Amino acid sequence: MSWEPIAGLAEKVQAGQLTAQELVEKSLKLIDEKSVFHAILSVTAERARKRAKEIDEKVKRGQKVGRLAGIPFIAKDNFLTFGGKTTAASHILEPFDAPYQSTAIEKLEAEGAIVVAKANLDAFAHGSSTENSAFGPTLNPHDKTRVPGGSSGGSGASVALELAPFALGTDTGGSIRLPASYCGVVGYKPTYGLVSRYGVVAMASSTDVIGPLAKTVEDAALVLEVMSGRDKFDGTTIERDKADYSDFTKDVKGKKIGIVKEYFSKGLDKNVRAIVETSIKKLQKAGAEIKEVSLPSIDLALACYYIIVPAEVSSNLSRYDGQRYGLAIKDAKDLDESYEKARELGFEAENKRRIMIGTYVLSSGYYDAYYKRAQTVRTKLINEFNGVFKDVDFLVGPTAPTTAFKLGENVGDPLKMYLADIMTVAANLTGIPAISVPAGEVNGMPVGLQLMAPQRADRPLMAIAKCFQEVSK
Amino acid sequence: MTKLSSADVRKLARLCRLRLTDKEVELYQNDLSAILNYVEILQKVDIKGLEPTSQVTGLMNVVRPDEVIDYGASPDDLLKNAPAVEAHQFKVKRIIE
Repeated sequence: MSWEPIAGLAEKVQAGQLTAQELVEKSLKLIDEKSVFHAILSVTAERARKRAKEIDEKVKRGQKVGRLAGIPFIAKDNFLTFGGKTTAASHILEPFDAPYQSTAIEKLEAEGAIVVAKANLDAFAHGSSTENSAFGPTLNPHDKTRVPGGSSGGSGASVALELAPFALGTDTGGSIRLPASYCGVVGYKPTYGLVSRYGVVAMASSTDVIGPLAKTVEDAALVLEVMSGRDKFDGTTIERDKADYSDFTKDVKGKKIGIVKEYFSKGLDKNVRAIVETSIKKLQKAGAEIKEVSLPSIDLALACYYIIVPAEVSSNLSRYDGQRYGLAIKDAKDLDESYEKARELGFEAENKRRIMIGTYVLSSGYYDAYYKRAQTVRTKLINEFNGVFKDVDFLVGPTAPTTAFKLGENVGDPLKMYLADIMTVAANLTGIPAISVPAGEVNGMPVGLQLMAPQRADRPLMAIAKCFQEVSK
Repeated sequence: MTKLSSADVRKLARLCRLRLTDKEVELYQNDLSAILNYVEILQKVDIKGLEPTSQVTGLMNVVRPDEVIDYGASPDDLLKNAPAVEAHQFKVKRIIE
């Protein structure tokens, strides 16, 4: 492994046994060496080196440098950061230079972490493969002919390639967990509102969350611990736990875990199924009580998702109009043409598809039949989850029905592409936390196990995930 | 079966301020119709007595005092990204002749 556990690494920097500058240079070198995978859109080398130097000087002076002192990390390119571009992998934000940083980045920096690069994604995080990036796809670290998953594909590939100890992603319908599953890393989607989204390019505001991708559950938990909590700049944030998210007992004995029956029906690859079943047996052997549960409306989750999310997308993406920032059409003959041309040239096909579907389902005459109905079925889904969580502490199943698919395999068939998210979207619609942990491989391609917990049970979820990580070694 | 016409797609594109080529109109006619047909399964669901959910953690009316706070960026910082600026404001194409 290229990187030691984050907590230990930061302690060495704090103690002066390692320098932040060494860590940043190592990360930048790896990014350069592995550029063929196209996980990275841009590096923030100058600012990273400057910050590393400042941290090292502080250490020399005996000043406090934070829990993540000197730890380089990679942010998905929809996080606003200083020292480089923030494109959301789109042409419309290609010229954009962030005037402020996202709260998540500020919090990580306050504890001494250092952004070294910005990771590729599907443009505006619309996609499940990173193929919708305006700047070309990221390749899967385990097989260059396959996708890394999406939309945080660059972040997932970065961690798998060990370009840095951790990366940040966003998860609106599975965009952290799917790449984690396809790339063989840990991906954590927190409870809705636990991490501030201020300064992150908005996709669907009622489901968007920010989370870490890392090599281990402990590393992911430490990053969550630093990022989480109320933020006056994001009114949807919730109170965090008083206890430390990275400090938990990993005891699984007596915990009740529900197997989501619906996730084991047709469409689940038989090899993936076998790995997931073995994983569940391991949890059982470790002392967990396993029972099958049913969430009948989960089969409707994807349909709900593809109404609610495009609706919110169409609203959130209306701000990209070429007037205040981003791509501008200076020779347009009038205002209208300057809007239309900027959006025509600035958005990718999938962005346009979602904007149009969203506009359709929100338009007069269709609102009740589509949007309002989807939001009501969402209530039904939430009720079913609440009911099941009266009986069990956690839910378990696969993160995705298959391993990573081939580049180009689902391009041109949006519905087939959407199906990659079939097991992840429910957690977003209900706001519950979920994690994908590496569980094994099929023909050399990683498989992720998904664990879910009730809202605000992020610490117990980290604990059970850590336990699974131990028993699956 | 919902099947959008080319006129439907053109109207939708206009509402979204998206300009489409004829080829794109045809592409989106098929794609959007397929997506709308997929979500049809929701029409049969029994939702009697249920209210729609738009906020999942139960927060309501999150307010703050009406006072100036530092958001980490000044108006000048925000104007740096503007394609055209005049008199410390965003400048757009003429709207009224």
